[in-house]
Amino acid sequence: MRHILSVLVDNKPGVLSRVTGLISRRGFNIESLSVGPTEDVTLSHLTAVVNADDVAYEQITKQLHKLISVYKITDLTDVDAIERELVLYKVNAVPERRNEIIEIANIFRAKIVDVGRTSLTIEATGDESKLKGLEDLFRAYGIKEIVRTGKIALSRNSKD
Amino acid sequence: MGLFFFMDVSGQLARDFLWPECMGLKSRGEKSLITMNENAPSGSANRGQRTAAQVGAPQGLGSHSPKQGEIMTGAQAVIASLEAEGVDYVFGYPGGQALKIYDALYDSKQITHILARHEQGAVHEADGYARATGRPGVVIVTSGPGATNTVTGIATAYMDSVPLIVVTGQVPRAVIGTDSFQESDIVGITMPVVKHSYLLQSVDELTTVFREAFHIATTGRPGPVLIDIPSDLASEKLVFDYPDEVSLPSYKPTYKGNMKQIRQAVARIEEAHQPVLYVGGGIIISDATDELTALAELMEIPVVTTLMGKGAFPASHPLNLGPVGMHGSKYANLAMTESDLIIACGARFSDRVTGKLSQFAPHADVIHIDIDPAEIGKIREAQIPIVGDLKGVLAGIVSALVKRNSQPNDAPWIERVNVWRKRYPFYHSDIKEKPDEIVPELVLETLSDKLDPQKSIVVTEVGQHQMWATQFIERERPRSFLSSGGLGTMGFGFPAAIGAAIGRPDCTVVCIAGDGSFQMNTQEMATAAINGVPVKVLIMDNRCLDMVHQWQKLFYKGRYSETLLDPIPDFVKLTAAYDWEGERIENPADLDAALDRMLNSDVPYLLDVAISRDQNVYPMVAPGSGLNEVMGAIDVAVGAVRTDMPDSFAASPAPSPCAQIDAQFGGRWESDPFDTGARIGQRNADGSLVTDEEGVLKKQAHRSKQTAQPDSESKEGGRS
Ligand SMILES: Cc1ncc(C[n+]2csc(CCOP(=O)(O)OP(=O)(O)O)c2C)c(N)n1
Ligand SMILES: [Mg+2]
Repeated sequence: MRHILSVLVDNKPGVLSRVTGLISRRGFNIESLSVGPTEDVTLSHLTAVVNADDVAYEQITKQLHKLISVYKITDLTDVDAIERELVLYKVNAVPERRNEIIEIANIFRAKIVDVGRTSLTIEATGDESKLKGLEDLFRAYGIKEIVRTGKIALSRNSKD
Repeated sequence: MGLFFFMDVSGQLARDFLWPECMGLKSRGEKSLITMNENAPSGSANRGQRTAAQVGAPQGLGSHSPKQGEIMTGAQAVIASLEAEGVDYVFGYPGGQALKIYDALYDSKQITHILARHEQGAVHEADGYARATGRPGVVIVTSGPGATNTVTGIATAYMDSVPLIVVTGQVPRAVIGTDSFQESDIVGITMPVVKHSYLLQSVDELTTVFREAFHIATTGRPGPVLIDIPSDLASEKLVFDYPDEVSLPSYKPTYKGNMKQIRQAVARIEEAHQPVLYVGGGIIISDATDELTALAELMEIPVVTTLMGKGAFPASHPLNLGPVGMHGSKYANLAMTESDLIIACGARFSDRVTGKLSQFAPHADVIHIDIDPAEIGKIREAQIPIVGDLKGVLAGIVSALVKRNSQPNDAPWIERVNVWRKRYPFYHSDIKEKPDEIVPELVLETLSDKLDPQKSIVVTEVGQHQMWATQFIERERPRSFLSSGGLGTMGFGFPAAIGAAIGRPDCTVVCIAGDGSFQMNTQEMATAAINGVPVKVLIMDNRCLDMVHQWQKLFYKGRYSETLLDPIPDFVKLTAAYDWEGERIENPADLDAALDRMLNSDVPYLLDVAISRDQNVYPMVAPGSGLNEVMGAIDVAVGAVRTDMPDSFAASPAPSPCAQIDAQFGGRWESDPFDTGARIGQRNADGSLVTDEEGVLKKQAHRSKQTAQPDSESKEGGRS
């Protein structure tokens, strides 16, 4: 089962490798990962998506808790959370088909960020299903390249 | 107050129950209740409570250090920090990037530095010191190779939850990351095997880092902490300001057990008919022997111990069933298997204990008490999980049981366990099979009898000798049996024994070594000699990596790939080279006096005891088998023979050469438990010599391309 882990860690060198090293050492593949500083500059927020059954997932979180650099772990899998990811698609676009692609992008509220002679680069933000939908549509034209930021997430029902 | 009440009644906790005397048998509980009462809880002042040092405060003067406020260099501050933490011994090895630290050490009056002869030795020495004393072990080494040489030692300590502070010199900050001379990313290399680590970034954080490191290493579940110090920081100036407190919001171990879960545990214990206390190293770390003993006695619960838990509960106590698991006794393993309640105390259900998980204790509920929440439910689901410090949790359970006037209701269980204990001893004098050979089990039993359990520490290397030591050396107190449990590090025992002897000069320290393991850190003989550490090394010399050899015999059809060590160095000559004393014995008749000479010597001493390489450690639960599938246990009910020997001996299509040979030598150990006849080369009752009529030895010699040597040959080939 897929789990979205939201981890608050020390914003110090080496902390990322402590966290990711621990997860991979215990035999799990990290499907997606994003890290960045938080409102408190001494802390970073790390969002990781891992595939693990419930027992294994419990073990990962318990082990992560033991790291001195880890402050807080939230499992955003089952809670009501806002998930976002930013994706850049470079799509094959001969001049006569450009408009079709731009139209698709508009429907999905994606932005055209670069226009080449035979390609268009589109920036899209959203949750997994939206981005998957876009990707499927672009495939029909041929996708040259995709880069993604990795998922970030926040729980909705925050107390403040 | 509950605790007081409990203390008042503790005197009568040793309820009268008749423990069968096991005449002529080697088994736990042979001794009377007299020793037990000595060890029974006596109102020690801090029952269930911990001292300030135990919860991580400096064990030295801390901020009251006379150096507080002085202006000094980073290197001097390193030494001053160690002094503020109350460090008396440091184990290490200097080099370029540690030079400034060593220079500062030169002025320390408080700290004695023990110069190891290899950094791995230094770490194991610090580890042995820590295990023997309960205080953190401290190591200083240089960068690059000095640092990488510490890795095995750190991993060993990590697996066994030993508090260590490892200070490594590092190249100056300006050249980090440039592959400069003797640069290694030791923080990165050791990340999976440390509790925490620091790469010092500025001298401003130096004292905080040291305080935190000591706090983290010694509290919660202890472990090694590494501090990497770039050498440019060692010469920067700072005002020495040592803190007493730490501020680690992300690190708050749970000491106090949850009351609701403790109440559940109490209710479950009251209901149990076949309970077992499964005890690991956590009891020793938590200093909870008194509380454990009180619980065991109050509810009459048999205790089994892991390798790390040996000494946590007195061997002489009638409720102690001793070692459990792969080479544990059949009775301890049966008790685990049949139990309806396992109270796991600071133990982690290691595969060496559980065997095949699906067959492990199938009827038992589990109460799992551990300070590390990640251990609970990791391997075996716990019906009642309790995260907390064992000392307090067990005291809480006991006082609740006393308050409720709970009574044990497991008399039939105790009776059954005792029948097993009588029936399946570790050793029986009838099993002695070669009168002219030294029997390893008897060596260790004899040694055990000669040691004062209060004034001795036994340290082991890794292999068969380690398992025999676990089975036969009786330990009455915590921190008196040290062994590499989790990592199983050959080469650990000897340096650890040196460290233990330095930490506990009041104790006789004996290292039980294998000829293989001892050769992994032999160079430390110099460390012992030069520092006048009167450590004793008893080598169980089978000229063989016999634990691996045994597995090859049992599971690889006797294909003895690379496990013979012949020719072995002359260890006695080695003692002369290092200015030790020592001798070798080959005759059983010499054993007793030789052990006396070793124990009475006040210099480093090596006793090389020749044993056969064809010995196996039994009982054994084969890897992948269940704890109920014990092979090779002695069964006195069928005439003190080993039973349930592995099938491979009796009926494998291509029997291992060794199996055939063993069968020839009487067959009692290997294939035919009822054959008690003499062996080839021995005399029959009428004085005639038993010969190899079927030519099995010859046939086997043809078949085996390898050097697999039968016992009879290795006897002559021992020392040339
Ligand atoms: C550093 C290390 N290398 C290899 C092993 C694997 N191993 C486990 S026991 C053993 C044999 C030990 O031989 P020895 O010290 O002579 O003890 P014996 O079994 O003969 O009593 C080996 C090679 C180990 N545990 N540690
Ligand atoms: Mg050996």
